[in-house]
Amino acid sequence: MNLAAATNENLANISNVLIYSSMAVYTLAFLAYIAEWVFGSRSKVGRTAAALTGDAAVAPSVTVRSGGSTAVLDKPKIVTRSAAGTRDVPDGPGAAGGTEKGDLYGRVAISLTTLAFLVEAGGVVARALSVQRAPWGNMYEFSITFSTVVVGVYLAILAAKKNVRWAGLPLVTTVLLDLGIATKWLYTDSDQLVPALDSYWLWIHVSTAIFCGAVFYLGAVGTLLYLFRDSYEEKLAGGGEPGVFATSVMERLPSAASLDKFAYRVNAAVFPLWTFTIIAGAIWAGDAWGRYWGWDPKEVWSFITWVVYACYLHARATAGWKGRKAAYLALFAFGCWLWNYYGVNIFLSGKHSYAGV
Amino acid sequence: MSKTETDEAAATAAEESELGEAGAQLSTAPQERSVPGSFGGVMQPGAAGRIAWAWRETTGWVRWFWRQLTSMRVALILLFLLSLGAIPGSLVPQTGVDETKVEEFRAAHETLAPIYDDLGLFNVYSSVWFSAIYILLFVSLIGCIVPRTWQFVGQLRSRPPGAPGRLTRLPAYTTWRTETDPEQVRAAALAMLKQRRFRSHTVGDAVAAEKGYLREAGNLMFHIALIVMLVSFATGQLFKSEGGKLVVEGGGFANTLTQYDDFKSGSLFDRDHDLAPFSFKLDKFVGTYERSGPQRGTPRTYEAHVTYAKGADGAEKKAKIEVNEPLEVDGSKVYLIGHGYAPVVTVRDGRGKEVFKDAVPLLPMDSNVTSSGAIKVMDGYRDKNGKKEQLGFAAFFVPTFAGAGKGTMLSQYPGLDFPVLALNAYHGSLGVNAGLPQNVYQLDKRKMKEFKDDQGAMLKQRLLPGETMKLPNGAGSITFEKDVKQWATFQISQQPGNVPALAGAIAAIAGLAGSLFIQRRRVWVRAVRGEDGVTVVEMAGLGRSESSKLPEELADLAATLNSQAPTAPDPAEPAPVEGVRA
Ligand code: HEM
Repeated sequence: MNLAAATNENLANISNVLIYSSMAVYTLAFLAYIAEWVFGSRSKVGRTAAALTGDAAVAPSVTVRSGGSTAVLDKPKIVTRSAAGTRDVPDGPGAAGGTEKGDLYGRVAISLTTLAFLVEAGGVVARALSVQRAPWGNMYEFSITFSTVVVGVYLAILAAKKNVRWAGLPLVTTVLLDLGIATKWLYTDSDQLVPALDSYWLWIHVSTAIFCGAVFYLGAVGTLLYLFRDSYEEKLAGGGEPGVFATSVMERLPSAASLDKFAYRVNAAVFPLWTFTIIAGAIWAGDAWGRYWGWDPKEVWSFITWVVYACYLHARATAGWKGRKAAYLALFAFGCWLWNYYGVNIFLSGKHSYAGV
Repeated sequence: MSKTETDEAAATAAEESELGEAGAQLSTAPQERSVPGSFGGVMQPGAAGRIAWAWRETTGWVRWFWRQLTSMRVALILLFLLSLGAIPGSLVPQTGVDETKVEEFRAAHETLAPIYDDLGLFNVYSSVWFSAIYILLFVSLIGCIVPRTWQFVGQLRSRPPGAPGRLTRLPAYTTWRTETDPEQVRAAALAMLKQRRFRSHTVGDAVAAEKGYLREAGNLMFHIALIVMLVSFATGQLFKSEGGKLVVEGGGFANTLTQYDDFKSGSLFDRDHDLAPFSFKLDKFVGTYERSGPQRGTPRTYEAHVTYAKGADGAEKKAKIEVNEPLEVDGSKVYLIGHGYAPVVTVRDGRGKEVFKDAVPLLPMDSNVTSSGAIKVMDGYRDKNGKKEQLGFAAFFVPTFAGAGKGTMLSQYPGLDFPVLALNAYHGSLGVNAGLPQNVYQLDKRKMKEFKDDQGAMLKQRLLPGETMKLPNGAGSITFEKDVKQWATFQISQQPGNVPALAGAIAAIAGLAGSLFIQRRRVWVRAVRGEDGVTVVEMAGLGRSESSKLPEELADLAATLNSQAPTAPDPAEPAPVEGVRA
């Protein structure tokens, strides 16, 4: 074995160690998030319930929100009104529930998540260096890159001072799941690419595909929580009394309207990039296989994912389809993306058989 | 619709009617409307009455159907159907993708296959029902775009609507009192809004402004681009041509119909005139493979080095074709599709005369390029009695042999490390004159007899390069020459419409970005003199879709205007907002 190959082997080992270390740190972060939720539950929030069950009819006409939607300037004050037909409910206080201890654990969790992210990113880079190409040649590599990007996007949105701390726990849980699956079942030794994958389009097409998936995933988390929170609000508004656990969790989440808006923005923002990803893939296929579009299973499912997201965007623009119906479409669309990612690679055979499993 | 949704729809409607004109035409999305189930109205007695009624009824229904088809809801449903309809094509093998898999499926599912055939499940994407979905969708799309475009042009030519009566009703609102005259405030507001590139004008006591028309333009561009893409694909299908050719190192190809091994073309392609005249020669094929590790044998590079010339006798140029990098000549693309080995063999007759010498392409059977095929000596051979006969050899080839005594003739590695050729020899008639097309890789043994060895068993032998197999009784010999050539298969395709399709794709992405990232919004600034002689300024904003930017933008505008019309020092705290929630 020559020297270069030995270095590469070393780098590959370093990458593996980093990935395992990041899993350990993510686990710590996971525990810290749990602590945040547990300590947060000791507070008496009860704001959602008050907003929805109080004397709604004589409630003040306009809610000046305490959160981000009131833009305070030196003199004139902007008063916002939520869109017609949506409940005027304030956002919950977040997992920490306004408690100091919860907040402390929340901060610890975010620091740990950041650390884990850096370690994991290091693992991805080491992997890339060991193979001297983009680290996207097989499913193991997709999976580690995917979770890194998901966490990166989450941290970036946090850094932009947007209210997304609520997504921390579900996110880290799934990242651990993703890494567990990757290391246990999808692991492939670091290696070079088969000629068909070896192209600069790999950088373009696969990086955007992974990025889109990460953002769609955040959208799906938002949508799912929206559905829960919406039922909770509806139950309260109808005079019902949700269980203690549901109340404790749900009242700390942002309002259904905020979650819905978050999910929509995230999905809409990344949809043009997803369109681009598919087109870039078609151009690459044209070069590699002599046809731009051949209804290969992977192509079919990218197309389906695209059409269902388009459907979701249309639903948002169509009266009577907003809200829960659109949310189901969004979840279905993400389901298609996920199936395209795992299912098509593993269960269907086609030209995109690079799973390495 | 659940109760809450009905409530929400009602609330939306109430809200919109309350805003009146202000919210109208903020987009060109079609309105949802319900239409009665009968259009004919009262039927007058007599034939004329009946005809008139039938006419009204027909046109009514046609209009109803058209409105349904071009509504957003139906577009939504059709889009959803399109996504569902695409699914079976990924689960059932498709003739357009992999014919052999379809055959295997047919053999394995005898009862299911005819049903699938009837449902068009083996070619979903050209089936009647799938075509129906997308054709309806595109008709709907056109029926949607045309009126929307006109509407948009109308909106561009008209001006933003005047301020609604109560600005407090709008999603973002602010107010303050100032000593500045109302006229001055309005003038300042107009100047500011114009400077920020709002389309603005003063109506009565308020300035009305609007911005973000590019959103609508982008949206229309996106939908039109979809049509452009579909039309380009369709024309591409009609005018395309695609053929395959196997070329052995040293061999060449000229782009005429007769040279192709197989050829397909769209229904409007003119086979005699539309093929671009060019030719190429395969100088060398280079394949490298992983040498060690668990992925030993995985291909790393495939390169076909060619010399090509454009036109009948253009200048020769060298080029390298790789898997991801086709050669483009005169509008045609030459793709590298596959490769294999072609051992060179020499066949001599009983008198030692050379009757055949050629590189024989063999068909790879596994990833280590274990190959099989047939060597056919059609003419020139005479047996020891001088009688004309044909010879056939079933050939089996491995580029890397496991070693003598180590099991079967299966290749261990795709590179040429230890080539071995195994042959069975036959004589008789190859049956090639029967006029039926013959598979070049197979021997038709019906009229052939085996050569026997000394023991009377079938003659077979494994040869190393340079070795010769003698045929019994002075029937001649066959030599496996030291030279093993490689061959490559090329796909030569010509598909017009790629350029407009790409342009459409780029326009689609640009339009989409405009449609999703740009906000269309209206801002009103009202300035009136209050009862105490102090001017009351009110500002409000309205957007079409959910955006957190609207309040921020309004805040910014208000701050700017406020610096020109400062808040009046007022001891009595002005009630900022009034009114009861609807
Ligand atoms: C080929 C199928 C179609 C695709 C892929 C598609 C895709 C899209 C997308 C991605 C958007 C952006 C959504 C947004 O602005 O929020 C959109 C908007 C829109 N589409 Fe389509 N569309 C299709 C067909 C149609 C048809 C047939 C109609 C007419 C009935 C239509 C009418 C509209 C309208 C009115 C909007 C603007 C909605 C708004 O202002 O928010 N689309 N479409």
